[in-house]
Amino acid sequence: MELLGAILSTATIAAMIRSATPLTLAAMGGIFSERGGVINIALEGIMLTGAFTAVLFSTIGASIGLPAGASAMLGVAAAVIFGLAIALIHAYFSITLRVNQLVSGVAINMLAFGITGLLLQLIFNVTGNSPAAPDMKPMPIPFLADIPVLGPILFQHQPIVYVMFLAVPFSAFLIKSTPYGLRLRAAGDKPAAIDTVGVDVHRIRYIGVGLSGVFAGLAGAYLSLGQLNFFSEGMTSGRGFIALAAVIFGNWRPWQAFGAALLFGFSDAVQIALQNAGMSVPSDFLLMAPYVVTLIALAGFIKKAVPPAAIGQPYPAEEPI
Amino acid sequence: MPVTPVVEMRGITKVFPLVVANDQVDLEVYPGEILGLLGENGAGKSVLMSILYGLLQPTSGEIRIDGKAVEFDSAHDAIAQGIGMVHQHFMLVPPLTVVENIVLGAEPQRSGGRLDMETAARQVAELSQKHGLEVDLQAKVEDIPVGMAQRVEILKAIYRRARVLVLDEPTAVLTPQEVEGLYSIMRSLADAGVPVIFITHKLHELIGVCDRITVMRRGKVIGSVDTADATPPLLAEMMVGREVILQIDKSPAEPTDTVLTVDSLTIDAADRDLTLLDGISFEVKAGEIVGVAGIAGNGQDELLDALSGLRSPTSGTISLRGTDITATDRRQRIRSGISMIPQDRQREGLILSFTIADNIVLGEHRTTRFSSRLKRKFEAISAYARKLMEAFDVRANDETVLVSNLSGGNQQKVVVAREMSRDTKLLIAAQPTRGVDVGAIEFIHRNIVDMRDQGAAVLLVSTELDEVMQLSDRILVLFRGRIIGEVAGADASLETVGLWMAGHREVAT
Repeated sequence: MELLGAILSTATIAAMIRSATPLTLAAMGGIFSERGGVINIALEGIMLTGAFTAVLFSTIGASIGLPAGASAMLGVAAAVIFGLAIALIHAYFSITLRVNQLVSGVAINMLAFGITGLLLQLIFNVTGNSPAAPDMKPMPIPFLADIPVLGPILFQHQPIVYVMFLAVPFSAFLIKSTPYGLRLRAAGDKPAAIDTVGVDVHRIRYIGVGLSGVFAGLAGAYLSLGQLNFFSEGMTSGRGFIALAAVIFGNWRPWQAFGAALLFGFSDAVQIALQNAGMSVPSDFLLMAPYVVTLIALAGFIKKAVPPAAIGQPYPAEEPI
Repeated sequence: MPVTPVVEMRGITKVFPLVVANDQVDLEVYPGEILGLLGENGAGKSVLMSILYGLLQPTSGEIRIDGKAVEFDSAHDAIAQGIGMVHQHFMLVPPLTVVENIVLGAEPQRSGGRLDMETAARQVAELSQKHGLEVDLQAKVEDIPVGMAQRVEILKAIYRRARVLVLDEPTAVLTPQEVEGLYSIMRSLADAGVPVIFITHKLHELIGVCDRITVMRRGKVIGSVDTADATPPLLAEMMVGREVILQIDKSPAEPTDTVLTVDSLTIDAADRDLTLLDGISFEVKAGEIVGVAGIAGNGQDELLDALSGLRSPTSGTISLRGTDITATDRRQRIRSGISMIPQDRQREGLILSFTIADNIVLGEHRTTRFSSRLKRKFEAISAYARKLMEAFDVRANDETVLVSNLSGGNQQKVVVAREMSRDTKLLIAAQPTRGVDVGAIEFIHRNIVDMRDQGAAVLLVSTELDEVMQLSDRILVLFRGRIIGEVAGADASLETVGLWMAGHREVAT
């Protein structure tokens, strides 16, 4: 009973929200890219790049004498911009050069892993972990934060968590209720249909992939400056892929993907709670929990996820002469 | 005062690296008319229309809309000038609704950049009513029938204020009833001030519908005729450059032994309480062509599936030269001398992603002629493929071209070449000339008659009554799964067979 209490405590639920934040943000990014027809396994690499640039620019901010809060903000802004830049590389290869989208994604992931490690050595002269940088501080929302139970769960987080809360309805709105969203869905299902009514398919897809970079970059900043205050080599440890799993589990829809991200976040939070409760299980097993849940979710409980029909296909299908 | 054409194309030339697709083409469309654009596959119709729709830019020449010169860099420009086009393959997004598809790219918006689907639905409903284009606004396109999808495409063009509508091979996918519906829509659009360009290679379609017909051949306009002056032989001659034998020349049949015997063949639907084929019996003898006429959906599919071995009958037997083959599979039937031209070449007749050569040896690919135990005999395969391409006039650079890159007519010729080059005792030809141009139709018909004369039995199943009438020595008419009538080819009249097809047996006798 004591154990169950520890698992279902307010603290665990709040931890679930925190764990789900980078997954949700990256998943929203994944949805924008994939609804438009571009597979984006580069989310992992984009997140890692975001995590690194966030720490780098936060450190730079501190070194030029900015206050801690402003330095952290600078770091977050840099993460978003670099996330966008990396995503546009993926877009250029996948959309303009018609490279296989998985190959481009894998290449970007490997590049991101290598370069962040290299720059960690070159700039900070360390391996493994970077020195501490000014991080994001929790920003309790006045009044709301004092509500019992709900306050600690929802309203005592870092700003990026609040952005995540807004990102889900924003994404759902953009995809469902705007002309851009309609065109994005069409671009992912039958690009020729919007091409023949005079809409530029490449433009629509570039914007979708670009948005994925913005969201994944922000997710990366949350990992390094939100949950910690330093960068650690390979610190995304597969979260980009878990986010993609959430996209698929959520049937390429924002609210459902958010639900999936919460599920994965919950298994992570439980794992932490069990460790803290001093379970006599090796921690390695507990650390596996989120990944195991992801596998089970994808293999077993998924009904019939219907991906966008033209996903992975360059447009036009034939190489222009 | 002369009427200004709505669209005028002057001296359009389009040169591709290897071919001149359009050579000094002139075309004009006047208010209120339906213009037929007729030509064989590859005559340059599609290129010309792609130029009109801004998808291709002409090497030289000029387009005028209402007498004013315009230049189209993209489909966007053409749409803005009022060019509407319904492509042969629909350009619709299956998971989106009908309304969403229609307004896509020109969506009405509310404040804050939101889609305004209520306004969209209202506007589309108005247009739909005005032009008699009945559609189910909130249905998803993936759930609607082909005929409605085509009306959605037309609405898409009208919604964008099209001032001229181009329909590219619009009847290929429709049932006869839907075709009639389409014709009346075309007329009402033309009367409402939206002239229609109707592209086709089926010349019979044009005469009842169009006001004027422009014929293209090898990238050039051969001429335009008023429909009142047009006859099928005249149009066919303009189209292929010589007089086409629309009435095929054949000697009377000399039937010998019975090859195919179908006895009391019955097929019930698997999922419903319905008899699709109701105890039909007939024979086909060596040296004769038996035609099966009927409106699509009266049991032809089931008969063909049973004969080819794809579907076991509920009861009844099929025999080949006295041997019961009802229980044998397709490979055994091919070995025993049955060749089959299936009705849907892309689904059942070809593997589109394979080369011409590989498609030509399909079915025989395991024989010692084309394969040793370990390895295929590529030399023999290529040589055989080249021989057949030559004999059947398959137009492609060589035998290694993928079948997906061939035109419909050439794809059909690959199927025909394969099926007609075996040692065939029974040829089952289903819609053998669907979607191919006049020259190729004549060629395929000639080959079918030649096979008969060499002693093969031929069963021709076709919904094209003309084809059945021309080729058959005997005609059977299928109606609701039964043979409603049988007549010798020489005695058959269009009226009789037509009435039988509609189920009026008692009137006809």
